[in-house]
Amino acid sequence: MYTQGLDQAGKGGPDTREAESRAQLDAFQARIDAEEKIEAKDWMPEAYRRTLIRQISQHAHSEIIGMQPEGNWLTRAPTMKRKAILLAKVQDEAGHGLYLYSAAETLGVSRDEMVGDLLSGKAKYSSIFNYPTLTWADIGAIGWLVDGAAIMNQIPLCRCSYGPYSRAMIRVCKEESFHQRQGYELMLTLCRGTDEQKAMAQDALNRFWWPALMMFGPNDAASSHSAQSMAWKIKRFSNDELRQKFIDVTVPQAEFLGLSVPDAALWFNENTEHYEHSDIDWQEFFDVISGNGPCNRQRLAKRRKAHDDGAWVREAARAYADKKAAAEAAA
Amino acid sequence: MSSDATLASYASRLGDNALILGQRMIELVAASPELEEELANANFSLDYIGQARMYYTYAGEREGAGRDEDDFAFLRPEHDYKNLLLVEQPNGHYGDSTVRQFLFESWYVLLLEALTRCSDEGISIIAARAIKEVRYHLRHSSQWLVRLGDGTEESHARVKASLDDLWRYTGEMFAPDDLDDEMRAVFNGPHLEVIETQWRENVAAVLAEATLDMPDDQWMASGGKQGQHSEHMGFLLAEMQHLQRAYPGATW
Repeated sequence: MYTQGLDQAGKGGPDTREAESRAQLDAFQARIDAEEKIEAKDWMPEAYRRTLIRQISQHAHSEIIGMQPEGNWLTRAPTMKRKAILLAKVQDEAGHGLYLYSAAETLGVSRDEMVGDLLSGKAKYSSIFNYPTLTWADIGAIGWLVDGAAIMNQIPLCRCSYGPYSRAMIRVCKEESFHQRQGYELMLTLCRGTDEQKAMAQDALNRFWWPALMMFGPNDAASSHSAQSMAWKIKRFSNDELRQKFIDVTVPQAEFLGLSVPDAALWFNENTEHYEHSDIDWQEFFDVISGNGPCNRQRLAKRRKAHDDGAWVREAARAYADKKAAAEAAA
Repeated sequence: MSSDATLASYASRLGDNALILGQRMIELVAASPELEEELANANFSLDYIGQARMYYTYAGEREGAGRDEDDFAFLRPEHDYKNLLLVEQPNGHYGDSTVRQFLFESWYVLLLEALTRCSDEGISIIAARAIKEVRYHLRHSSQWLVRLGDGTEESHARVKASLDDLWRYTGEMFAPDDLDDEMRAVFNGPHLEVIETQWRENVAAVLAEATLDMPDDQWMASGGKQGQHSEHMGFLLAEMQHLQRAYPGATW
């Protein structure tokens, strides 16, 4: 569904700086500056490789965990059309996850390792999926706000300097913009419906507004690793720039729906032509990122259960493939 | 029964099989043993939901009482759903759901083949679309059944138990009722005895490859086609119908 501006530096790994000569680093930077795409087999600084593995795998994990809050309403979708749309969306997310894990694998890490890091709690995924989906309107709010924020984050990633990630994002973005429009249309239907439906829509906006703004990551001042990612053209815009762009686009959409953005201090600054908003509760953001959101444990427990329940199935598939391979070798 | 009423009831029953099985598969989202299977499950359940939509829409047209797909899916009482008991059975473990899919799809593919040749154009067009999807589903469930049957000792034992548990729900597929007879007599519909012979042959071949024995002839459960369901059905419907029932008349 999207990546988040977490920008936490990867810890550990061998210190390879000595092995990377100034000349290599300069030549690499020159390629980046010339807007050349870096491909899997090209030389790259170890820190560039690690940053990308972290970012792409976090993105993949977010897609996979993101299936859960929406999956929560699949069995209760109110019409056949909505059920089919939501199911197609969840299927897209599984596809994005698969695609992104493959892009990360080009950097020399296996899917098993990445999934292992997710299940052990070592790897991060987007904080937004640790919030619950309590009503059907939340499905609309996720499409509209969460996919909307994802698109803001991801459109610049289509020009990311790493070729496989850039190409993955071009494909992913096409589907995300479709999801965003479907989410908004769902909200519009509710807002034109009964009073109860409109209240449902307002409640969803109230609960998802701030978490959606947090999806862009910490303020620029607190995001210490952004500068390097910008220099490498993994990142093209800062967290705050993208967040502002999202707010500027989304507030008028909320007004069109007849909903109130839950920020009493929100106002449009005509001089800058941007909305000004209240401070974000960063304590909540860091709590959720570090495991203390409403659904962190539930999301990981469900993922672990699926993995554990499937162990005998994967083992059977391997045993069968081995038998077939042995029989073919003997023939 | 008028021919329109026959077609409406028959299409609605086909829709019930597709919807209830699709709904069961949807419960498996985010619970698959592999990411590739996650995609396959979502994709196949979407096919079934799509088929249910076509059948219900057609049933509504033939009925001529103004009911649409959502009226059929969400606003009928349990007894009006005429799906096979097999498709409403809970997912259980991966072996259980694989066997359920395999037994149903082995039958459904043959039924759809026959329906593409029926004299009602509406049903035959839907069947021709659905069969392309279901052939692929059957290939997938057959391959998994073989892997599990001929995988490890544990997987063999598990899937053997699944087969023994679910076999009793297969008899209903081949027992013609008045609606089947009428569909056959008036619209050249499926001959269920012929389908049973083919089904046993096809199933036996896959089971042999999976190193599994065909279960012995035994007592067979029935009632789904008459709207007499298992205890599981009420919960499935309560969950599925929740919003339509809680907010009557709302547009979603």
